[in-house]
Amino acid sequence: MTEVPNRTGGDATQKLLAFASLITLVVVFSVLSENFRTISNMMNILQATSVIGVLAVSATLVIITGGIDLSVGTAMTFTAVTAGMLLTWAGLPIPLGILGAIMMGALTGLISGFLITKLRIPPFIATLGMMLVLKGLSLIVTANKPIYFNDSPGFTAFAQGSLVGRLVPVLPVPNGVVVLFLVAAVIAYVLNRTVLGRYTYALGSNEEATRLSGVNVDGWKMAIYALAGAVTGVAGVLIAARVNSAQPALGQGYELEAIAAVVIGGTSLAGGRGTILGTIIGALIMSVLTNGLRILSVAPEWQIVATGIIIIGAVYADMLRKKS
Amino acid sequence: MTDLVRMQSIDKHFPGVHALKEVGFDLRAGEVHALMGENGAGKSTLMKILSGVYQPDGGVILIDGQPVSLPGPRAAQAQGVSIIHQELALMRHLTVAQNIFIGREPRLSFGRLDEAKLNADATAIFAGMNIRMDPRQPVEGLTIARQQMVEIAKALSYRSRILIMDEPTAALNDAEIAELFTIIRRLRAEGVGIVYISHKMDEIKRIADRVTVMRDGAYVGTVAAADTPIGTIISMMVGRALTDDEVVIPDLSAAPVALEVRGLRRGRAVRDVAFTLKRGEILGFAGLMGAGRTEVARVIFGADPRDGGEIFVHGKPTRITSPQEAVRAGIGYLSEDRKHFGLALPMDVRANVTLASVGRFADRIGRLNEGAMGQVARDYIARLGVRTPSDRQEVRLLSGGNQQKVVIAKWLLRDCDILIFDEPTRGIDVGAKAEIYRLLNELAAAGKAIIVISSELPEVLRLSHRIAVMCEGRLTGILPAGARQEEIMALATKRDEGKAAA
Repeated sequence: MTEVPNRTGGDATQKLLAFASLITLVVVFSVLSENFRTISNMMNILQATSVIGVLAVSATLVIITGGIDLSVGTAMTFTAVTAGMLLTWAGLPIPLGILGAIMMGALTGLISGFLITKLRIPPFIATLGMMLVLKGLSLIVTANKPIYFNDSPGFTAFAQGSLVGRLVPVLPVPNGVVVLFLVAAVIAYVLNRTVLGRYTYALGSNEEATRLSGVNVDGWKMAIYALAGAVTGVAGVLIAARVNSAQPALGQGYELEAIAAVVIGGTSLAGGRGTILGTIIGALIMSVLTNGLRILSVAPEWQIVATGIIIIGAVYADMLRKKS
Repeated sequence: MTDLVRMQSIDKHFPGVHALKEVGFDLRAGEVHALMGENGAGKSTLMKILSGVYQPDGGVILIDGQPVSLPGPRAAQAQGVSIIHQELALMRHLTVAQNIFIGREPRLSFGRLDEAKLNADATAIFAGMNIRMDPRQPVEGLTIARQQMVEIAKALSYRSRILIMDEPTAALNDAEIAELFTIIRRLRAEGVGIVYISHKMDEIKRIADRVTVMRDGAYVGTVAAADTPIGTIISMMVGRALTDDEVVIPDLSAAPVALEVRGLRRGRAVRDVAFTLKRGEILGFAGLMGAGRTEVARVIFGADPRDGGEIFVHGKPTRITSPQEAVRAGIGYLSEDRKHFGLALPMDVRANVTLASVGRFADRIGRLNEGAMGQVARDYIARLGVRTPSDRQEVRLLSGGNQQKVVIAKWLLRDCDILIFDEPTRGIDVGAKAEIYRLLNELAAAGKAIIVISSELPEVLRLSHRIAVMCEGRLTGILPAGARQEEIMALATKRDEGKAAA
C-alpha cells in the first residue's frame, strides 16, 4: 500500500499555505507602512472582517454541500431590518430583537432549502431568486428608509463595544470580532463533531450515495440551509449594530465577497471539502489586503483589481497544490 | 490477403489489475467480427486501445499491414477507426447534421457556418446508408435506435473503415435491431470491417462472421460464427476454472422468509416480478445486460418509484418509497457503481463505514462520538480484512476490492438482514473476488438474506442457492443451484413469450 497523506494531513497543508499567505501579507504591509502595524489598525482590520467573516461562515456551510447561496447579502440586510422592526418599531428588549433576527435568517435559509430540495430548483437559481425577493422586501417594509436604533441604547455595543478591552485594556478587541470567532468555533464544531456536519460533507461528496445509505438527504439539506441562514442572521445583527441602523439598500455584493473568502480559504465549490478555519483565514486575507492597499494610498479602483487577482491566484495555487 | 487490423500481444495494466494479457485480435475488410466475453474480460479495454482512448503497455497494432501508433482518438480516427459507444455521445439540443459534423463544420467567410452545406452533406450520408432522416431535426426527439443511426452516420462521415460497436442493441426493440442489422450488412458489403461487442447469443448467430472470445483479460480463441454451437461459445466465455468449487447448499426448508415480492412493476424495466428470499439464502439474479435486474433491486430498495407491487419484509407488508424506509426495514443495497452510489470518495474509511449509522454515534444534541466511530471502523477493517493504512484513509485511495469491503462494512454496521449485492465483484481482481465470495457465504451462514446480481455466470453459479433469471424485465424462471449454464442462457434469452413457471 502506497503511503498517501490522509484527509487531515491534506487539509493541514492547505491551511498552512493560506495561513502563510496571510502572514506574508501582514509582514509586507507592516514593512511598507508604519501606520499599518499599529494595534488600532489591527483592530480596524478585525472589525472589518467580522461581518464578512460571519457571512463567509454561512456560505461555507452551503458550499460544502455542493450548493451555493447568493442570497446571503440581502438576507443579512433583511435580518437587520427585522431587528430594526422588532427593536425600534415594536420596542422589544435587545435580546429578543437579536433572537428574532437570527430566527428570520433561519427562516430564509429554510425557504431556500425547501426550494432546492422539494421543488428541485438548482441552488444557484433558487438563491438568486431569494436574493431579489429579500432585497425587495427590505425596501418595501422600510419604505426605503433606514431604521435607527437610537431607542435601543446598548444595541451598538453588540458590535462596537469591547468586553475584551475592558478586561485587557491594551487589546481593545471589538465585540463583533468576538462574535465572529464564537460563531466560527460553533460552526466548526458542528461541522467536525456532529451528525449535521457529517452529512454536510457527505452530501457534498456524493449526494446519491448518501441518499442510498438511507439518509433523509432532503431534510438534512434543509437543516443545513436553515443553519446557514441563522448564521446570516448573526451577520445582520452585527452590521446593524455597527452602523447603528438597518440600511435597507445595503447588502447586495456582500454575497460575492463572502464566497470569495470561502474560496480563498480552500473550500471547493464542487462540494465535500472545506473548513471554517480556512474561511476565516480567507476573510482575513481579503480585509488585510483592502486595508493595506488603502493605507498605502492605492486608488480604490486598483484595490478592486487586486482583490480579483488574489481570488484567481489563490484558487490556482490551490489547484497546483492538489495536482502535485 | 492482408488483414485490415491486426493487434498482436497487446498488454495493459491498470492499478491493481492486469487488464489485458498479450491479447491478439484481427479484423478483415468486409466482415462482422463479434468480440465476446463476460464483463471484465477486457473487450472494452482492447477496443479502447484500438480507438486510441487507452495506450497499450506492450504489443503492436497493424492497420493495412503497417504498424501504427494511436496516441489519441483523433489519431485513430485519421486511421479510419470509429467507435460507437454503448452510451451514445450526442449533443441532445443540436440537430442531426450539427452532431455529425461537430468540430468540422463547413464554413463561410468570417467564421460563419454554412448550414446549407452541412445539411446537404448529412443528407448525402444518409442516402448512402439508404435511410430517411431529416438532418435539421434535433437529436433529443429521436429514439435511441435513430440516435444510433446518427452515430453510425457520424462514423461514416470520417470515412471510417473500421467500426467498433459496443452493445449496439442494448436499448433497441426487435424491429429496430432488424433495421440496424440491415445497415450493418450494407456496410459489410462495402468493405467496412465491423467489431461487434455483444452478450446476446442469438444476435451473434444472425450477424457475425467470426467470433473472438476473451476471458479474464486473455485471448481464448477465434471461431467461425456459422458452424460453432452456442454452447461452445458459452463454455469458451465462462471457462471452467471458477465453477470448480463445490457450492454447499444449506437446508433452508425451515428457514423463515425474509423478503417476499409480489407483482413488482416499473415501466418496461420491471414487469410483474415475484419471488421469495429466505433467511440464510443467497438468491442469484442472472440475465443479460438490460434484463432489469438492477432495476428490480432499486425498486425494492425504494431508490426508484414503482408502478405497482407489494413487498413483505419478514412476512409483514412493508411500505418502501425511499431508501430511508428500506434501510429502516433492514434492507441494504450495494450498487454496481460503488463510486457513484456507494461511497463518499473524498471522505475517510471511518466516515464511510458509519455513514448509514451516524445516528447511533450521536448524543441527544447530535454530537458525534468520533472515538467510538473509529473503534467500530477499525473493528470492521480487521474483520473484513480491508487493506488500508488506517481508518482515516480517504476511500478514493483504496483498491476496488477494499472499497467494496468498506461498502459491505457500512451495511453490516447498519444491521441490515436483507442485503442486495449488485455486481459485487465488478472491477475487482481475481484474488479479491475469492475473498468477497467467502464473505458472502459467511454472511448467509450468519442468517442474512442475500441477493446477488451478477452478469458473470460462474459467479452466479458459485454463490447462489437458487438462481432467478430475468429477460427484458420479466422473471423468466428460478432454477435450483447446480443448474447448467445452458439452462440459464435459455431463460436469459427467452423473449416475449408470456411467463415461465417459477
